[in-house]
Amino acid sequence: MRILSSWLHEYVTGLTVSDRQLADDLTLRGIAVEGVFDLGEFGALFEMDITTNRVDAMNHYGIAREAATIYGLDLKPLNAELSASKSAARSVPVSIEESKLCGRFTARVLRDVKIVPSTGIVAERFRLLEQKPISNAVDATNYCTLAIGQPTHVFDLDKLEGGIIVRRARKGEKLRTLDGVERTLDPDDLVIADEKKAVGLAGVMGGWDTMITPETKNILVEAAWFDPGVVRRSSRRHLLHTDASHRFERGADFNAPPVASALVSQIILEVGGHPEGELVDVVIPEAVARTAKRPSVTFSLSEVQRMLGPTEDPAGITAPMAVDILARLGCGVEEQKHATDAAAASTQDLDPSRAVLGEASLAAPDARHANGLYSVTLPSWRLDLEREIDLIEEIARVYGYNRFKNTLPTFAGSVVELPWVEKERAVRGTLLALGWNEAISSSFCSADDAAYFVREPGAFVALDNPLSEEAGMLRPSLLPSMLDMLALNISRDVEGAALFEMGTVFSGGPERVDERPSLGFGATGAAFGSQLADFCDLKGLAETLLGKFTARSIYFDRFPADSGLIPAWLHPGRSARAVLDGATMGWFGQIHPAEAERRKLKQAVWIGEVWLDRLYKQALRQPIIEELSRYQPVRRDFSVILPDAVLWARLAGALEALAIPELRRFEAKEVLRDPKGKLTPAQHYSLLLRVVFQSHERTLREEEVQRWSQQVVAAIEAQGGKLRT
Amino acid sequence: MQENEIPPLGGYSDAELDRAFAEVAREVEKTAVSLHSAEDKEQFRLAWLGRKQGRLKLISDAWLKSAPPEAKKQIGQRFNALKAEIERLLEMAGDGPAASELDAEAIDITLPGTRRKLGAEHPLIKTWNEIVSVFQRMGYSVGVGPEIETDYYNFESLNFPPGHPARDTQDTLVVAGQERKPLRDRLLMRTHTSPVQIRTMEQQPPPLRIVIPGKVHRNDAADATHYPIFHQVEGLCVDTNITFGDLKGTLDFAMKAFFGSSVKTRFFPSFFPFTEPSADVQISCPFCGGSGCRKCKYSGWIELLGCGMVDPAVFGFVQGKQPGYDPKKISGFAFGMGIDRIAMMKYGIGDIGLLYSGDLRFLEQFA
Repeated sequence: MRILSSWLHEYVTGLTVSDRQLADDLTLRGIAVEGVFDLGEFGALFEMDITTNRVDAMNHYGIAREAATIYGLDLKPLNAELSASKSAARSVPVSIEESKLCGRFTARVLRDVKIVPSTGIVAERFRLLEQKPISNAVDATNYCTLAIGQPTHVFDLDKLEGGIIVRRARKGEKLRTLDGVERTLDPDDLVIADEKKAVGLAGVMGGWDTMITPETKNILVEAAWFDPGVVRRSSRRHLLHTDASHRFERGADFNAPPVASALVSQIILEVGGHPEGELVDVVIPEAVARTAKRPSVTFSLSEVQRMLGPTEDPAGITAPMAVDILARLGCGVEEQKHATDAAAASTQDLDPSRAVLGEASLAAPDARHANGLYSVTLPSWRLDLEREIDLIEEIARVYGYNRFKNTLPTFAGSVVELPWVEKERAVRGTLLALGWNEAISSSFCSADDAAYFVREPGAFVALDNPLSEEAGMLRPSLLPSMLDMLALNISRDVEGAALFEMGTVFSGGPERVDERPSLGFGATGAAFGSQLADFCDLKGLAETLLGKFTARSIYFDRFPADSGLIPAWLHPGRSARAVLDGATMGWFGQIHPAEAERRKLKQAVWIGEVWLDRLYKQALRQPIIEELSRYQPVRRDFSVILPDAVLWARLAGALEALAIPELRRFEAKEVLRDPKGKLTPAQHYSLLLRVVFQSHERTLREEEVQRWSQQVVAAIEAQGGKLRT
Repeated sequence: MQENEIPPLGGYSDAELDRAFAEVAREVEKTAVSLHSAEDKEQFRLAWLGRKQGRLKLISDAWLKSAPPEAKKQIGQRFNALKAEIERLLEMAGDGPAASELDAEAIDITLPGTRRKLGAEHPLIKTWNEIVSVFQRMGYSVGVGPEIETDYYNFESLNFPPGHPARDTQDTLVVAGQERKPLRDRLLMRTHTSPVQIRTMEQQPPPLRIVIPGKVHRNDAADATHYPIFHQVEGLCVDTNITFGDLKGTLDFAMKAFFGSSVKTRFFPSFFPFTEPSADVQISCPFCGGSGCRKCKYSGWIELLGCGMVDPAVFGFVQGKQPGYDPKKISGFAFGMGIDRIAMMKYGIGDIGLLYSGDLRFLEQFA
């Protein structure tokens, strides 16, 4: 919204600060000036950013009131005087059928008007504000909105058939609005109608058929107060956000319509014509009680201090200061002499025939302030003020937030850590240490991906208004986006990528959505050095990660391809399940060739997911150290040829079965397979096995090492293997 | 003293022994100065320790063997000390290769170091942890809540009534199939971390100090500074006598702890349905110190936080479950900040989308 500083000066006399200072002072009071543009002799143009609760400040008069409050200056009352009206035989009948939705409707008839381009101050201000001029009559309504924030509408009176009715739209009723669009109305829309048809969408936009044209001779000026909710619903339903709807849906000033009507009429009549009859002003009493004549609020100075705390200035916020601020903002403030006054006090009178904008019934600050309790009546233009705390905010705001002392609260409680924070830290720390990079990705995925990666079939959650079709589902797994990210890196030509993400995955349905923490990881290319990432990189990660937690047993297994137990996204022959204490913790391996092809991934991609909700059920492992042996270990390497059918696990089992206490550990130093059968016989592989013997009690003797080595060889031979010669 | 000669010994008194041995020691030192090559050392060794002609052998023969039994101990001690010193000098000279040989073995130390790949911590997580730890040091516990919320927790209990225009500013992603439920039970992606305020208060009576980091979602079109996903840290402090001044002091302290002690804060009135009074907080630009730079758009100030005193209506929503939240007796403040924005500012990230891209060329810079 744009504001002219010169226009503000019209309403506040004695405003002497520079425009830039004024902008700063307003901003510090919450009336944010985002930009100040110098207009030379015409002052400055302010680009405003007004918060949604301050509809009263979305116009020049409202901002002028703020300026007057800040500097303690007088705000000029508004008065629009009309030339004497010729009495009409009968006034325009106005009937409000929906008294809950339209609280006030004023209509004024102007006869023998001339429709011409605007001149003078209206034209000049429109030019400075870059507001498009249309004609004197239409411009008058827009000018009124800019001036005092009250939306109004002008009808070509001769196109109205009969009196005005404010009613709900009929089902399927049509209205062509001023923007030329023919709209089908909903029974929840409120319309302004004549006896035959709808002529305007209440509070949003007028109708095409009754609009002002160069031929218009007679005008009906509408200024009304509509319920914020109905205007908002219509505006959203018809995707019509207008200056009028913006203001009505935030709560317009109930007392403004007569003033607005006079202001609009005055501008139109400047080039000819005359009013006819008196202003028709229909007021719904229940609406008055909700707006202009709300119950007064009890306000206490001690509550100001309790909520706001001490100020830099030791004098603090005094009673006269608080009373003055509220009064300048338009509140009626009266000190309560007795506690019982609170209930009885409700003072502001409403006189609909009188323009009361800017007028405040200000009780003189009483010198006694015996109990510091006040009855405060609320201005009709500030529907955002309802409670004591609202008044306290006004005082803090006008006094200046930065004038309150910075203090620190004392605290006697203790800090509570979430039970899994340390586990989360351990998981993240392990992955980072192993050289995996953390990523964060979208919480959404496509329906296809959701179906493919879901843990429990069908248990995925759709969005009603997704960002795009590709993001229509809440992700049931971290892997679809992991694959997207790996693909992006491949397309960027990185040599290798190892990524992980720790995030929430979703399952359930419309009734209930479950959220679970999960860990997704994926690697491709030369991610950890010069060698290509492979299955063992993922298994190493899984072993290290699971090894951080307490477990009686950790193992990895695989199922036949046709078992139906393997997740669809995994290559059945190159994947494994991670099991801790009998519970599945997750799956990992090479992506299924079919999915790789769908995603056009040509190089091997390795992915996995660990279900952290399950892993976090385990306590973190507390290291308990093993006593260090003082005696030398003895290493023996065996180069053996084994049939392909003998898996490492089988060989390891056979070695463990030897039950040699001094056999401390054994490892596969090198595995060599040669499909061509040149380096190894067909269906055989070559293995370099290292075995380490060590005792805690003594130095090992050559002959016993020799004996154990023979046992190892025998075990290998029992598996069908033999020593390489 | 000639080679293979030793000074004469004039008696067996302590003074005479000291003199004689000191003279020998000086000679040892003199001859040990230029032990550069292996040859030098061998010569030195032979001259002193040689079994046949070494000077120690001569000393042993000439002084020790002919000494009266009562003086042998005195000579023996001095002799051993001298021998130890000679051996020490020999050892110090080392038996490794000569300097010239070592120079010949020089490697190219200008070659790049072998850098084992470190996993890179995500800049958002890094920033998240830094912010949270500042508040933890101030006595705040960490809280979390679900990313899928009900309308009640995301809006209604935070004083956004149904149909309120303030809901417009938080375009919401809604879970499908909610039409038949009452509005308050409808599921949506939380648009802010504030619902956790309500959930925490429902669980726990005052006093309360909690900081809540988390992922949030809005139905926003993506551009350089907006993304449908972002992260917030929310804070809530409730106790008796919590004032607006406490809110200001706490945030001023926290911003100084996070950005450095010279950072200043200033507060502007703002509007959030769940706080009153509400404020926006700016900090003096930590990059230029307030003189104006690209990061603060030459204003010297950066807007960083939204905050305010907890609206009594919000306490009203939790009082049913926790009567301790009586707005007449307690008060509190809440604040929230965008982790993405702070990370972007801190690391000079121009496009928020990079944070969610998984692009290694970006992520690896944080390793």
